[in-house]
Amino acid sequence: MSELLKINNIETYIGQYHILQGVTLEVKKGEVTVLLGRNGAGKTTTLRTIMGLNPASKGSIVFKGEEIQSLPTYTIAQKGIGYVPEDQGIFAGLTVEENMKVAIQKENEETHKRLDYILNLFPDLKKFWKKPGGLLSGGQKQMLSIARAYVNDNQLLLIDEPSKGLAPIVVEKVMESILQMKDQTTIVLVEQNFMMASTIGDCFYIIDDGRTVSTGPMKQLKEDEEMKRKYLGIA
Amino acid sequence: MELLFNLTLNGLATGMLIFLLAAGLTLIFGLMDVLNFAHGGLFAWGAYSGIWIYTTTGSFLFGIIGAILTGFLLGIITEKWIIKPVYGNHVQQILITLGLMLVLSEMLKVIWGPNQLTANPPEYLRGSWEIGDMIIIKYRVFIIVVGLLVFAGVQFLLKNTKIGLVVRAGVMNKEMVQALGINIKKVFMFVFMIGSGMAALGGVLFGPYSGVIHAGMGMEFAILAFIVVVIGGMGNFTGSVMAAILVGLSGSFMAYFVPELSLAVNMLLMAVVLIVKPQGLFGGKG
Repeated sequence: MSELLKINNIETYIGQYHILQGVTLEVKKGEVTVLLGRNGAGKTTTLRTIMGLNPASKGSIVFKGEEIQSLPTYTIAQKGIGYVPEDQGIFAGLTVEENMKVAIQKENEETHKRLDYILNLFPDLKKFWKKPGGLLSGGQKQMLSIARAYVNDNQLLLIDEPSKGLAPIVVEKVMESILQMKDQTTIVLVEQNFMMASTIGDCFYIIDDGRTVSTGPMKQLKEDEEMKRKYLGIA
Repeated sequence: MELLFNLTLNGLATGMLIFLLAAGLTLIFGLMDVLNFAHGGLFAWGAYSGIWIYTTTGSFLFGIIGAILTGFLLGIITEKWIIKPVYGNHVQQILITLGLMLVLSEMLKVIWGPNQLTANPPEYLRGSWEIGDMIIIKYRVFIIVVGLLVFAGVQFLLKNTKIGLVVRAGVMNKEMVQALGINIKKVFMFVFMIGSGMAALGGVLFGPYSGVIHAGMGMEFAILAFIVVVIGGMGNFTGSVMAAILVGLSGSFMAYFVPELSLAVNMLLMAVVLIVKPQGLFGGKG
């Protein structure tokens, strides 16, 4: 499979803090790449750097063969990268319908097909179509956030901790839907829930202290108890 | 009864003028996090340019259109060359917009002279209607109607168009709007332009309402507009119209019954709101 995204040794500062100090990764088309690591390791910042929300000060980010690290966020999104932030980024005062309308970049037949697909995947969104986003449950907000990222013809989705703060049964639902979407798009997933990450992921990268320290197929990590203990705190 | 009716009508008309100024201010603050102290200057420029066009052409409608276009133009210039370099820095914003306010006021004196200008309503808006004992001044009704139409128009824009949705979304979460592929800077300019146009419209309507316009009027009204923005909730468009009506009515009634307290009561109202409900009577951004 060919590379869709290639990050080469990026460094990112947030204010005076040197958060990313050398993150390198490759995302293959059609795969789910999972970023793992302890809290504060730099996983979220990696996604935000890809989106241009915390621009890289060094290194390169190549998406579909084009360097994007110096582009503004909206241009990066227009190039085909959808982003589901950790806090879901729902527009609380807008209805589910309005949240989707803001997200749709080009309204055409293809978009309508994608919208139908996502509403079938998340029937709750259809049910609460006219309800303000702020009144949805945590799981429904997560679904809405994923739906907004998916509705455009994005070749890559960056999903940040979709299981955070959700009840186990909702996590299962979100996980199932990401598994279904896996056939349609490429995903970079940040996830603390190792069970979910290992079920969905094809390959992994471990980030520690702002650096990528290990990578490989997910199967390999599942069997490596020492690495899980050392970097993920899983006994 | 007649007195109460007239005070109410007067308060509503003043409230609508304040709303035209405050609405732009609150949207600009809500979306762009910019404290624009020069906004009153656009109100004054709307008054001068509009009244000048009105007296030159004899058409009040041309005056209104001219004032709005002046507001749009000054809004674009202000956003592009003055506000843009200081996004994210409130101290610099306050200093630069206060400076701009002074420049805008002084420029009026340079162009139209230091003396105040007189302005009368057009023929068709002069006079009053008499219903029973009540006398209804036509021009006040006109201002109320225009204010309500603008409110309805902006509400329609915000609720039923893509750009309006983006503005509302941007008020809530700018970063996410950009992550969805929308150039927020273009939206900023659009909002600044609309807000400036509304302020300029308020200015030109104010001319015949008060009978005279002067270069310092922008600052006077800007204080009321800031009070309204705080009371209504910073960034809350619907709150701004409600608060403007409240301030207009309280000003009108207090000016008649306790004139020495008419501005103080609004300040007091703002202070109470800040203590009791700091996010404003109608909530925060929304």
